[in-house]
Amino acid sequence: MAETRARVSHYLLLWLLLAPALLWLFGLIVMPHLDLALLSFRERVGPGEYAFGLAQYRTFFGEPLYWDVFVRTALISLVATALTLLLAFPIAWTIAKLTRGRLSALLFAVCLIPFWVSETVRTLGWMILLRETGVLPGLLVTLGLTEAPIEMLYHDATILVGLVYTSLLFMVVPLYGSLESLDDSLIEAAYDLGGNGLTVLRTVVIPHALPGITAGCIVVFMLTLGNYLTASLLGGKNSLWFTEQIYTQFITRFNWEQGAAFGFLLLALSSAMVWLGLRLSGQRFSDVMSRT
Amino acid sequence: MIPSLPRPWWLKLATVLFVLAFLLFLFMPLATVAAFAFNDAPYPAPPWQGFTLDWFIGNDALGRTGLFRDEELLGSILTSLLVASWVTLLSLVIGTTNAFLMERMRFRGQGLLSLLMLVPLVIPGVILGISILAFASRVADLLGDLFGWEVEFLRPGLPLVVLGQISYLIAIATLTISARLKRFDRTLEEAAYNLGASRLAVLGTITFPYLQPALLGSAAIVFLMSFENFNTTLMLVGADSPLTVMMYGRMRDGATPVLNAVSVFLMVASAALALLLMRGDDRQSR
Repeated sequence: MAETRARVSHYLLLWLLLAPALLWLFGLIVMPHLDLALLSFRERVGPGEYAFGLAQYRTFFGEPLYWDVFVRTALISLVATALTLLLAFPIAWTIAKLTRGRLSALLFAVCLIPFWVSETVRTLGWMILLRETGVLPGLLVTLGLTEAPIEMLYHDATILVGLVYTSLLFMVVPLYGSLESLDDSLIEAAYDLGGNGLTVLRTVVIPHALPGITAGCIVVFMLTLGNYLTASLLGGKNSLWFTEQIYTQFITRFNWEQGAAFGFLLLALSSAMVWLGLRLSGQRFSDVMSRT
Repeated sequence: MIPSLPRPWWLKLATVLFVLAFLLFLFMPLATVAAFAFNDAPYPAPPWQGFTLDWFIGNDALGRTGLFRDEELLGSILTSLLVASWVTLLSLVIGTTNAFLMERMRFRGQGLLSLLMLVPLVIPGVILGISILAFASRVADLLGDLFGWEVEFLRPGLPLVVLGQISYLIAIATLTISARLKRFDRTLEEAAYNLGASRLAVLGTITFPYLQPALLGSAAIVFLMSFENFNTTLMLVGADSPLTVMMYGRMRDGATPVLNAVSVFLMVASAALALLLMRGDDRQSR
């Protein structure tokens, strides 16, 4: 008797705990994305009449504008990810290996501070700094480097600066974590065995930090690909960013079928890059995600 | 560095210079935003015209609407606070039940479920937004067709914003709380049971006090991420705009330094939250 009761109460508890998890994952993640997929394959044949079809995807591949913007967004995101890694690695290395104790903790904390403030505020800062009447163009004139103030907003380079800036945190934290755990004596041993800086970096440091590098790159790529705020404010009307196309279709034109197809293509690209990143570095998804 | 390795002076100098340049890069935008909140000019642009508090306390008589007189902006801050409170509450409750589910229970399909719980973290925010928007509308239409119900909360608006934000913030809460629960020493609970404590008493006096730092920490992170969220929120807003969406709209139109004033306010609030969190950590480690 007691055993059955214990068993019943165990199952009751299990289902009580499972219910919120399933509600969350199926109600807010799985079903909405299945629905999005269905929506993207829905073709409008008449008023209020729909049929299965590939019209939205044909539009995407047939219209060079959409395809160009898609490729452009992917390429800029890749470049932004690479730049973020190049910038964040020396900083993470300095915090983890070149400084000790209080200084190291202080430097780490200082690097995180800007990210406590909203992306909107940080973007506002860049706009004030870079626009034609802004701080930096004015400074260049004062220094005599340019004759008249130049417009530094609305270039691809501006978008890159904004994206790298906004992504740094997500690279520095996992990199720091993986470099911190690298035993100093391994590096010393590598030097003792006659390695120079470059070989030590390539054969000791990078292999050890690979999980951190992968985690950082995956998250940064995903975030830049899906970024809307930075790209549209720093890139202006000509930023030609793919999330803007999704927004236009969904909210401005109310063409949800087309927007769903674009959304799905972006999701596919993002997932493919995550998968590729994991494959290339030989990492497991759950290990990588627990680092970020 | 590794103290046993000699480094030439130029490399040391280069490191220091690099770190300084990096810090300049990090703080320049924030310092600029803060400085121009106090500039006595109608637009946040140089040159410096003198110090003023107009953008905080100015009223219409001056021709400048300061932050504390800008009803629209103050309303959007309240909206954001309301959304963030709901999001924090829901994420913490579900994050906690998830942590107990994954750490204390064993069932079939557990591995798959734990993998699925990480998926929201690699879906771009815009996609989370549109998929929830489309799905909610479909459900609302269905309920309307079948029963003639008008389900307002499934249409774009604050309840949908809350749903959109928790869809990925629950994952973050789950990770933080699970990580702490995993390190918990179960013998403490067993000892309490042996001493005759009930299940609820053990949860209340042993397990939850132990989890408290993780709960507070994830509450702060979730609250902040909700308050700052833009991508998902933008797709789901109705008539009431949270602060980030409101600021975005004004930034596109070229705003007055009142936005700088809001930003200063946000910086101070974030700093206060960070300090509070660090003090909490200190007390814990003591």
